[in-house]
Amino acid sequence: MSTNNGKDTSSGFIGKSIKRVEDKRFTTGNGRYTDDIVLPHQTYASFVRSPYAHAKILNVDTSAAKHMSGVIKIYTGADVAAVNGVPCGWQVNFKNGDTMKEPKHPLLVADKARHVGDAVAIVIAESQEQAVDAAEAIIVDYEELPCVVDGSKAAQAGAALVHDDVPNNTCYDWALGNPIAEVDEAMSAAAHVTTLEFVNQRLVPNAIEPRCYNSSYDAITDKYILYTSTQNPHVIRLLMCAFVLGIPEHKVRVVGPDVGGAFGSKIFHYTEEALLTWCTRQIGRPIKWTATRTEAFQLDAHGRDHITKAEMGFDNDRKIVALRVKTFANLGAYLSTFGSCVPTYLHGTLLQGLYTTPKINVDVTAVFTHTTPVDAYRGAGRPEATYLLERLVDLAALEMNVDPVDLRFKNFIPPFDGVNQPGYQTQVALQYDSGNYKGVLEKGLDMLGYADLRNKQKESSKNGKLLGIGFSTYIEACGIAPSAVVGSLGARAGLFEVGQVRVQPTGKVSVYTGAHSHGQGHETTFAQVVADKLGIAMDDVEIHHGDTETVAFGMGTYGSRSLAVGGSAIVKSIDKIIEKGKKIAAHKLEANADDIEFASGKFTVKGTDKSVSFGDVALTAYVPHVYPKDLEPGLDFSSFYDPTNFTYPFGCHIAVVEVDKQTGKVELKRFVAVDDVGNVVNPMIVEGQIHGGVVQGIGQALFEGAEYDNNGQLTNASYMDYCMPRADDFPMFETGTQVTPCPHNPLGVKGAGEAGAIGSTPAVVNAVIDALWSGGHKVKDIRMPLTSERVWRAMKN
Amino acid sequence: MSIKITVTVNGVKHTDKVEPRLLLVHYLRDVLRLTGTHVGCDTSSCGACTIHVNGKATKSCTLLAVQADRCKITTIEGMANNGDLHPLQEGFNQCHGLQCGFCTPGMIMTAADLLQHNRKPSEGEIRTALEGNFCRCTGYHNIVKSVQYAAEKMSARKTKPKKEATL
Repeated sequence: MSTNNGKDTSSGFIGKSIKRVEDKRFTTGNGRYTDDIVLPHQTYASFVRSPYAHAKILNVDTSAAKHMSGVIKIYTGADVAAVNGVPCGWQVNFKNGDTMKEPKHPLLVADKARHVGDAVAIVIAESQEQAVDAAEAIIVDYEELPCVVDGSKAAQAGAALVHDDVPNNTCYDWALGNPIAEVDEAMSAAAHVTTLEFVNQRLVPNAIEPRCYNSSYDAITDKYILYTSTQNPHVIRLLMCAFVLGIPEHKVRVVGPDVGGAFGSKIFHYTEEALLTWCTRQIGRPIKWTATRTEAFQLDAHGRDHITKAEMGFDNDRKIVALRVKTFANLGAYLSTFGSCVPTYLHGTLLQGLYTTPKINVDVTAVFTHTTPVDAYRGAGRPEATYLLERLVDLAALEMNVDPVDLRFKNFIPPFDGVNQPGYQTQVALQYDSGNYKGVLEKGLDMLGYADLRNKQKESSKNGKLLGIGFSTYIEACGIAPSAVVGSLGARAGLFEVGQVRVQPTGKVSVYTGAHSHGQGHETTFAQVVADKLGIAMDDVEIHHGDTETVAFGMGTYGSRSLAVGGSAIVKSIDKIIEKGKKIAAHKLEANADDIEFASGKFTVKGTDKSVSFGDVALTAYVPHVYPKDLEPGLDFSSFYDPTNFTYPFGCHIAVVEVDKQTGKVELKRFVAVDDVGNVVNPMIVEGQIHGGVVQGIGQALFEGAEYDNNGQLTNASYMDYCMPRADDFPMFETGTQVTPCPHNPLGVKGAGEAGAIGSTPAVVNAVIDALWSGGHKVKDIRMPLTSERVWRAMKN
Repeated sequence: MSIKITVTVNGVKHTDKVEPRLLLVHYLRDVLRLTGTHVGCDTSSCGACTIHVNGKATKSCTLLAVQADRCKITTIEGMANNGDLHPLQEGFNQCHGLQCGFCTPGMIMTAADLLQHNRKPSEGEIRTALEGNFCRCTGYHNIVKSVQYAAEKMSARKTKPKKEATL
């Protein structure tokens, strides 16, 4: 069949590269992002933000500003002192059982600024320009205070305190895995120990659409509407209503319209969302705020920022016998919504990797610093775990003078499908669902032409270039998440998903999902699933998302969960529709419901040619003149799906680089990615997700990194200074797939959103290190991003 | 103080009084309500606001509205011809050259300028032409393929490259 014909139902839709149905509005300029929305009587907001990382606020003088043209109202920290701060959604406990430290994250600061960009005042005016002008006229007296920016120094004695009531700036300390004494013993007995001390640098998410909110209040109905660039409208509504403002949830509608990229940074409930909603209640007019790019750099929760020492022990046979990890995780100035779980339950739990390591211990100290809050950014904890493991394995291979491929094959967990063989119980709490790890590496090696490349490596030095090959074989925990499991680990929310399937009387289908698309293409892939299962045309299916008024509930999109959790909820509802449809069909066909089978859009009496179409059954459900007794009319079901386990996608990424011996410039020559994300609904979209993730991961390896100076200034808070990956930085990617179905969800899918960003970073860094070793430079680590200067210095030292 | 300007946008003449400090992109978005042109940064780096001014790809945040007086402007909303999508608009769909769609209008406008001057650009030429437009979703791979698709399609139609216009 054609892959682009929504009317064709001849052979199903799952597994086909159907072109996206949402594209037309975006390619013609008809997308509707939050900043495109202008409401009647619209007003605009601008903020006064601290230029200092740590400063006492002595006085805020708004006297001149409040009389300026167009100014409607100015609020300062004192005005909202009684309002709660934004909450954290995950509780992590200290090793001794104490609850983590949760200092207030106020909507506006009154006493002290704790990072550059902390909001001191909000100005609301008739126009954006007037708001900005007035904000500039507000005079704040600051007393600058000493600050701390380095996560490894924040807990040291004498470090400036971010919050007076948080001793040693320590939010929590935490450990997971085997008892440390057992790991120490195994490490002491190891024949070889590879040690790596490294920084997994801080990244700025940089969705190209800046965050934007437009909040309004109607006094007559006592209702609020918040348009927000979010990944999870219901979560924002719940957090804002129940935890921050104390306003009734059923009176608040939150809409996440088209959202221009997110990558984690738009999961979180930000202070501006709640503040605008609080302010609109005061002034009775809608208020819009759109972040400038500078604000995006200073305020959108950053990613990563781990400082780590990791040791991997091997026996004489080169089997891994122990892994010991100590990490300092920098959480920034305040706890962001999920900031606490990233370095712990999304990082420590992944340190088994793909290997049979019998003894693992990870120890994390999470600290506050005078920097932008840190939270989930594409991959969230799993890239940090993968970077740690995959760097260690490739480095160990160099140190022991063995092939990194052979070292992996020797240590891989053997294949298991999770059905005939049980899941794999790790040393760090998780049980992997299914995997064939050697399979993806074998396929990657085939695509690469490995032996030839190693031969070329020996030759390349003659041309002034060092060729390097770097590997990364990763695993991730996705399909977030089984509520009971995450609840036991401290999550303050369930992580199920909701899917409603409403069959209209004419047989057309409206689907309401709690997942939220901000580039993932749900309007296409979810429609593929529904059309496939119901045997109808894709044109007859419409996917709705992103509005708390139309979608019953939802936890949103992150953690590669949309299809695995949200899609499964939709499938549950489809199953209910088919079951009810069978009863209606049986009545029409004068048969027993047990004798009805449903396929290709038809209900048929088994073994006969007696059938009714899906459309006929739908019409009968709404015109129930001849209808089973005791059966309700209508054909409309909603389901909550709570997964029984995480899903565990995995893969093999291989980078080939050339390093210029004179300049240290790294050129990425090839990038091979073989990803196993379980069953695939739309291969084109999955491949696109991989491409995008790979570029973000390579961005970390080669280009990106937030740079703070000792005064807590983010010195590269603009696109002129922060190196974003560009079109001319990359070759075409070589992608391959393997399919190991997820055994525990109805679609057998595992999720593809984060894989690229998780697998790619260590592959590239390993390739550069490999290149340097091939030239005789036995360098263990170069701090990311691997700029020409850093690589050149590594070769010179 | 306001200044009167007259601009032709997507074939329609508009006369408005604007503040001298108003950026062209804000004139398009806020005054004309052509919201397909996006703002992604404040340093003229990201390219999301790219339009054509007198036939040439231009970041509309680099011009004041008053500088566009008497200019002919094309935005993403003006790229389809009587409902027929431009080959680039079609190519981005066929080759999955977009995900969130936020950078897409700027990408298409930049690529359209390239294809006006270079009917058969190499992969490297496409990548170089697009290096002033950021995309955080696609990894650029499928954007390059989308432009190649459009180039082939336009070649097949034997479209002659338009004469280069000057600002």
